[in-house]
Amino acid sequence: MAMAWVWTGMVALSVVYGLLNDTIGAVGSAAMEGAAAAVELCLNMAGIMCLWSGVMSIMKACGLMDGLSRLFRPILSRLLPRACRDPETLAALSGNVSANLLGLGNAATPLGIRAAQRMAAGTNGRASDELCTLVVLNTASIQLLPTTVAGVRAALGSGSAFDILPAVWLASLLSVAAGLTAAKIFSKLWRG
Amino acid sequence: MDYSAYLVPLLLVSVAVFAMGKRVNVYSALTEGAEDGLRVLMRVLPALVGLMTAVYMLRASGAMELLGELLAPLLVRLGIPPETAALLFIRPVSGSGALAIGSELMASHGPDSYVGRVAAVMLGSTETTFYTIAVYFGSAGVSKTRYAIPAALIADLTGFMAAAFAVRLLFG
Repeated sequence: MAMAWVWTGMVALSVVYGLLNDTIGAVGSAAMEGAAAAVELCLNMAGIMCLWSGVMSIMKACGLMDGLSRLFRPILSRLLPRACRDPETLAALSGNVSANLLGLGNAATPLGIRAAQRMAAGTNGRASDELCTLVVLNTASIQLLPTTVAGVRAALGSGSAFDILPAVWLASLLSVAAGLTAAKIFSKLWRG
Repeated sequence: MDYSAYLVPLLLVSVAVFAMGKRVNVYSALTEGAEDGLRVLMRVLPALVGLMTAVYMLRASGAMELLGELLAPLLVRLGIPPETAALLFIRPVSGSGALAIGSELMASHGPDSYVGRVAAVMLGSTETTFYTIAVYFGSAGVSKTRYAIPAALIADLTGFMAAAFAVRLLFG
């Protein structure tokens, strides 16, 4: 329902503003253009999206995700010590992080939910500090190959669609670090 | 700085050879994954049609520019290009909405321009925060989310600032 308000608001704002500024003619033709551009963009990025989903699925099939999961266990046990005492939660957590890294959203979410459910058991609907940390980790997830964005860039004729990778990694790292630091500080100060 | 020219071909061949070494049927894994990619696209297309229509209308009316102008003094101080103002607001709320605004920015400024690159890095390094929070807390039966939302929004804001900073640093 939230998106219904956002969409209606955007359309209403552009019509009102268009009437006030006498740009209403442009607004009308832009509506048609926008709808056409959406389909064009999807078609242009379809190839690269399918190719990379295929490559990710090969990586998953040859056990790369499991290997990554093992790599993350020591870091996770430091970040979420209480949750990681339970081996099944730890397995779900490390799978969640490595699937996020590989951009396998469909695999990451169910694993993360399983971990969150186990961590929330017996807390009466109040998020524990570790659960907040897990959620922050997932809202600021680092992706090794941001394939959708690269697909858009390639579709729009970028010279080198993947040249943004180091910038994406740097920005993600800074954002995760800020989120985790904020969570750490809030956990000391937050009342309730 | 031409490393990215090697990335795609080398990644393709090394993944394929490594998987063959593990006796994985590389070709069927590839086509199955490609089918998944198609499903993702089919899911995103209807939302993208709706949102790109609205975004193009906002832009044509001049309201988008106004938003940028209003926020410009603050954004410039944070090192964020004011052209990306609308992206900052929609990113935590809607993934396909952010994709619509981001690709419009990349199309109108050029994918290899400063603003185009910053928009791409912002999209690649942040998540649909409110959706993620709703999914995780909702399925875990948590109603008191405490400081999760402010902490996640701080991470988002840092991500936006870091995106602009990283593009300036790495692309001059």
